[in-house]
Amino acid sequence: MLDQSHGLPAKPGVGYKPQHFQAILQDARPVGWLEIHAENYMGAGGRPLAQLRHLAERFPISVHGVGLSIGGEGPLDRDHLDRLKYLCDWLQPASFSEHLAWSTHDGAFLNDLLPVPYTMATLARVADHIDRVQSVLGRRMHLENPSTYVAFAETAMGEVDFLTEVARRTGCGLLLDVNNVYVSGVNQNYDPVAYIDAFPLHLVGEIHLGGHHEDRDDHGQRLLIDSHGAEVTDPVWALYARVIRRAGPLPTLIEWDNDVPDWPRLAAEATRAARILEPVR
Amino acid sequence: MAYHSKSLIIAGALTAALCSVASVASAEDAMEKCFGVALAGQNDCKAGEGTTCAGTSKVDYQGNSFKLVPAGTCMTMELPADEAGMMRHGSMEELDRDLPEA
Amino acid sequence: MTQSHFAAALLDPDAPVPVGVIDPRGHPAPKRFAVYRNNVAGSLVEALKAAFPMLVKLLGEEFFAAMALAFLRAHPPKSRILMLYGDEMPGFLEQFQPVAHLGYLPDIARVDQALRESYHSADSTHLPEVEFHRLLGQDIAALRLRLAPSLRLIRSRWPIFSIWAANHDNGPTPKPQAEDLLILRPEFDPRPQLLPPGGAAFLAGLMAGRTLGESLDLATGPIDLAAILGLLISGRAIVGVSK
Repeated sequence: MLDQSHGLPAKPGVGYKPQHFQAILQDARPVGWLEIHAENYMGAGGRPLAQLRHLAERFPISVHGVGLSIGGEGPLDRDHLDRLKYLCDWLQPASFSEHLAWSTHDGAFLNDLLPVPYTMATLARVADHIDRVQSVLGRRMHLENPSTYVAFAETAMGEVDFLTEVARRTGCGLLLDVNNVYVSGVNQNYDPVAYIDAFPLHLVGEIHLGGHHEDRDDHGQRLLIDSHGAEVTDPVWALYARVIRRAGPLPTLIEWDNDVPDWPRLAAEATRAARILEPVR
Repeated sequence: MAYHSKSLIIAGALTAALCSVASVASAEDAMEKCFGVALAGQNDCKAGEGTTCAGTSKVDYQGNSFKLVPAGTCMTMELPADEAGMMRHGSMEELDRDLPEA
Repeated sequence: MTQSHFAAALLDPDAPVPVGVIDPRGHPAPKRFAVYRNNVAGSLVEALKAAFPMLVKLLGEEFFAAMALAFLRAHPPKSRILMLYGDEMPGFLEQFQPVAHLGYLPDIARVDQALRESYHSADSTHLPEVEFHRLLGQDIAALRLRLAPSLRLIRSRWPIFSIWAANHDNGPTPKPQAEDLLILRPEFDPRPQLLPPGGAAFLAGLMAGRTLGESLDLATGPIDLAAILGLLISGRAIVGVSK
């Protein structure tokens, strides 16, 4: 497949927030790349696009979609795919990724990453959608493992097997969100370490790290919520270190989307990731 | 009105407009041209964001009942109810908000 | 479980949890499903708060959040480009009983929406001043102006500019009068301006592609043409001229 991207550097990156624009230009260290949500840069012009053009001359950019609804029962939205292609064509990002989730139904966009049951039917549909995305964009994409809060009676296979098989059928890469592994592990009652050890790390092109929030379900069981609103927790750092030991250094994103901190606090999280990446270089 | 005389009116207004904006323009050029942050006192629109891939940490959007009353600055603004003609433009003017596309 | 059932139950808090949605031990999982309900509602309420800052200020945050919840259930976003979400807000407010006594709110929502549209609209290059001087010798009434895509015009029976200025810049208390408002974006920051009387009809003519002369004929009352042209020029809103 035609693929113009050269991949992201194996350094820490952050989810770009406009309030950090000047701090990033002054001194972004140790951050070496930036991730944006595709949908926030689909306007016709103005400051957001001007900022992005400026940043893209200085940093590798990762485009992360939240609205493609790859796990949706309906077909992919042609207009949205065209907008995505337009963005990727002018920006030439180092990477494009999306989620194993759905977010639109019957013309309504629900702005959340909703779960899919892991069945053969879902597998066929997701693989079809990824084939289509990769052929329209002319590039390989990375698919992210989700945070999930519920299970489905109809689920017939594990998430790692599901993702591995999607990647085998489509040739796509994987985005491993280590916080999502921990959140889903607690919520779904599986061992996150065993998940990591079974994961096809050679397919991983990017890591996500983020904070979560703790709650309880109806039966008093721990229920973790992927809130991206705080520091990464210690068990997630430990899992991350295990991934890096096994796989070597990988591009690692700090996601902080709610209660966004000032730059030094965000950069401190990136520094913590850099310290784990460094010894294995 | 003939086109010619209308042109004179418009040309006169344009001349006056150009005189008045000359000072504005130079003041603006002196300002730091900055696409980074909104200029002080300008709009603080956060419209660049919107999408999320994060969850909402607190469980507080479950309800369906609506019992609140407005409690913002509208409480201190005394604007009479919209009675017939109260705030109309000159009685001739039509209110068409759905303007044709430019 | 189909996604139709899942989606319908997300937007309706009284709907039961879809069949087949369970916890990992096979038990029913209402609180777990509620996480998704909250993510959808919470993220869209936040998007609406960012989208309608003036409504938030006028109504207070708590009231706005509750109202936004009613809005998003009636009008979930149709586009994945969330920064333009909310164009049904003015119509919603016209029907929303708890704010029926605040007749100006729909027009204020139009201002918030138009500011956002302007913020994200295409960039354009304004006509340099020397070009305007060149026009003075021509049959200027027969010319049409090409205006910036970021320009927005809102006509109201309410003092919408004064309400905006009172809340945004601590301007004086609004007087009951009709006001028309023009949004200009000279660089990247859209800014509302009060349009001088008679200006809206003239400007609407220009925006519809009429000539300067035809647009002038649309103005019913007295019109301060120099002030309006001054606003357009200083706001860098004129991007071209054609016959």
